[in-house]
Amino acid sequence: MTTKNADAIVVGAGWAGSILAKELTEAGLKVVMLERGPDRATAVEGAYPDSIDELRGAIRHRLFQDLSRTTVTIRNKIGQTALPYRQLSAFLPGEGVGGAGLHWSGVHFRAAPDDLALRSSVIARYGQKFIPEGMNLQDYGVTYDELEPFFDKAEKVFGTSGEAYKVNGKVVGNGNVFAPSRSDDFPLPPLKDVYTANLFRKAAGEAGYHPYSLPAANASRQYTNPYGAQMGPCNFCGYCSGYDCYMYSKASPNVNILPVLRKDPNFTLITRAHVMRVDLDSTKTRATGVTYLDLDSNREVTITADLVVLGAFQFHNVHLMLLSGVGKPYDAQKNEGVVGRNFVYQTITTSRAWLPENTFTNQFIGTGGGGVAIDDFNSMNFDHGPHGFVGGSPVWVNQAGVKPIAASTIGGGKDAPRWGAGYKKALVDTYRHAMAIDAHGSNMAYRDVFLDLDPTWKNAYGQPLLRMTFDWQDNDIRMNRYVVSQIEPIMKALGATKYELGMLEPGKPFDTRIYQTTHLGGGAVMGDDPNTSAINRYLQSWDVPNVFVIGSNAFPQGMGYNPTGMVAALAYWSAHHIRTTYLKSPGPLVRV
Amino acid sequence: MSVQNDTPKKLPVPPGMSRRHFLMALAGTAAFWTADEFADWRQAIAAEAAQTYTPRYFTPDEWRFLEAATEQLFPQDETGPGAKALGVVGFIDRQMDTPYGRGGLWFMSGPFREGPANLGYQLPYAPREIYRLGIAGADRYCRDHHGNAFADLDHPTQIEVLTAFEKLPIMFGETLTAGIFFEQLRTNTMEGAFSDPIHGGNRHLGGWVMLGFPGARADFMDWVDQYGPAYPLGSVSISGETA
Repeated sequence: MTTKNADAIVVGAGWAGSILAKELTEAGLKVVMLERGPDRATAVEGAYPDSIDELRGAIRHRLFQDLSRTTVTIRNKIGQTALPYRQLSAFLPGEGVGGAGLHWSGVHFRAAPDDLALRSSVIARYGQKFIPEGMNLQDYGVTYDELEPFFDKAEKVFGTSGEAYKVNGKVVGNGNVFAPSRSDDFPLPPLKDVYTANLFRKAAGEAGYHPYSLPAANASRQYTNPYGAQMGPCNFCGYCSGYDCYMYSKASPNVNILPVLRKDPNFTLITRAHVMRVDLDSTKTRATGVTYLDLDSNREVTITADLVVLGAFQFHNVHLMLLSGVGKPYDAQKNEGVVGRNFVYQTITTSRAWLPENTFTNQFIGTGGGGVAIDDFNSMNFDHGPHGFVGGSPVWVNQAGVKPIAASTIGGGKDAPRWGAGYKKALVDTYRHAMAIDAHGSNMAYRDVFLDLDPTWKNAYGQPLLRMTFDWQDNDIRMNRYVVSQIEPIMKALGATKYELGMLEPGKPFDTRIYQTTHLGGGAVMGDDPNTSAINRYLQSWDVPNVFVIGSNAFPQGMGYNPTGMVAALAYWSAHHIRTTYLKSPGPLVRV
Repeated sequence: MSVQNDTPKKLPVPPGMSRRHFLMALAGTAAFWTADEFADWRQAIAAEAAQTYTPRYFTPDEWRFLEAATEQLFPQDETGPGAKALGVVGFIDRQMDTPYGRGGLWFMSGPFREGPANLGYQLPYAPREIYRLGIAGADRYCRDHHGNAFADLDHPTQIEVLTAFEKLPIMFGETLTAGIFFEQLRTNTMEGAFSDPIHGGNRHLGGWVMLGFPGARADFMDWVDQYGPAYPLGSVSISGETA
């Protein structure tokens, strides 16, 4: 074993880790960032034309987690034997420098103010009894107004394209009427609508809804961010989700932060370094550093540091906390403990419209973050009273570029044959003339949905796998079905020759074989109460105050919006308080 | 000028390297994109596609099964080319020789336990083993029930058998179900029809042309707001091959 020293260690080289590493080096700290995957640079991984190979990219998962070494186990309920997630399918975590921030699509939202205080909002409007038994509905402990400067900063770093509705309280454009006021406009104007998004914009308007351009971290024009990092204009090639953008148009840590960070003498990046645990002193209230396995030499290395930041993917952060003893593990039977509690996901279903044969939807044209959405059924924007569920769902056309192998999986719709001549005909018709509309909804937290360590399966390094206990719940199934039913007027206004509404089916368990989304959340949530949150409102561990845990693990509920914008804002928010308060006087930033 | 009479300039190939591998290695270099080498590359691929493919993994009997089964899953018809014309079995054979085919992309540590289907694949077999066991099981089933190997059955019977594999609880041995084998075959068949021709399938970009996918063009700056008409440019491979 060898030992090194740093002022701060950052685990994970995705968005959360890169933002923290940038902020902490700016504060003068010597920062070591550990990434278990390989180094990745857009000039190599994103080079055209090799980068736009669907088989190697999205299908064989070139940029994704290497499951052969470590995975999770999954079960639907307590009492069932969880089994390993052996093939990447339902969710696709990243691996290597950039993390999931390299292969993401680019949809870049700010959180809705009501979603950040969802428990308070629901109680204020509908009363405490409206919250179903067993639902752990919680507030984040931070408000939109507090986060606004950090949402703004993240958009400027990401080069986000969009159209504002309100800036400093004044209506300035045709943006999302439900969105809160902003301190500044988007750094770039919205992307052009692809055809299907434009059809949706018109049809949703005719149906009486309020369409707006999705905020996208896919640059609508050439852009230089505050760090001096440059982006090229998006050309709608359609290779965003699952790929490294060859046009340097999609924001990634690799393009927007790391080129600057790599030049900083205070910054050291160590790749192929699998962090085994956060090392704690004998009191278990202070981290002394971390120990990682050097995957090339197969030797353990310990780094000592005053400050440890966990910035790995959501469930990897939770896994590391459980393996290290940072915070009290959640016990579902006793309803005690916090690490693993409030594990959440999202409810995403796709509906499809077929247009006349002389109308070509050219679904291969697209951009990962672009499109047109409505928020009429998201968050607290509608009356839940008659429906009796908590949560909501934006609805959108987000045509990210449908490639042929993916199209072959979608096929020709629900009732079309899965193979043979009938399959081929329906597939071609669907690829050429159909369009997809997603309901991208919230998922609440429940007492019996959680993360813990698996009793049986181990990773390649001899450590227990993380175990997910997850299933769809009645509240969220009903929310999804209600929101999707409201797509029907849009389908009619579109002039679809045929349409299918995609909904969650009651009684059908979560299926790990079908791609859902990679937007996993919770498990180490932020909050004001150490009995129901693992980290405080500054994302600092309640139990080990020199450990900060940054990521969607902090979300008490799964929100309808994509998580990256919120993760980036929380990262800047946490970094700000580390820089302005914690470093001057290390210790808990919140006293109970 | 007649295309047939053009003699492409031949690049010198380093010793110990096949012409195709040499040309593959050129991809992405600046020299590759000059017109002469580009034509040379394209012709090399076309020449290989025209040759008889020598299987690397599958036995002759397995190959016969796969040719017959993939053609039923993806038949030649009025919509477009079928699996055989697209080189789907050659694609699958090449895939068996990759980390994917050897199970290197999956979590393959035990113990292996049965569970409900919605918790996903739980067998200890890599794709190449699923094929070896699956084809043997499928042909055994066909002999037991129909008196012949799958490839020797008439087409309606082949469709009936594949439907049974897809939908009925048939076992190919102790743990491998017909359903798992069927889904593996179906998935790889579609991949072979629709992946870039550099992987050996989608021959002459026939799958993409049928679908209307332009391939490696990947630049729609001037077409993003052309609403309604079909995209006008034809398909192109990463290699530069055009339809």
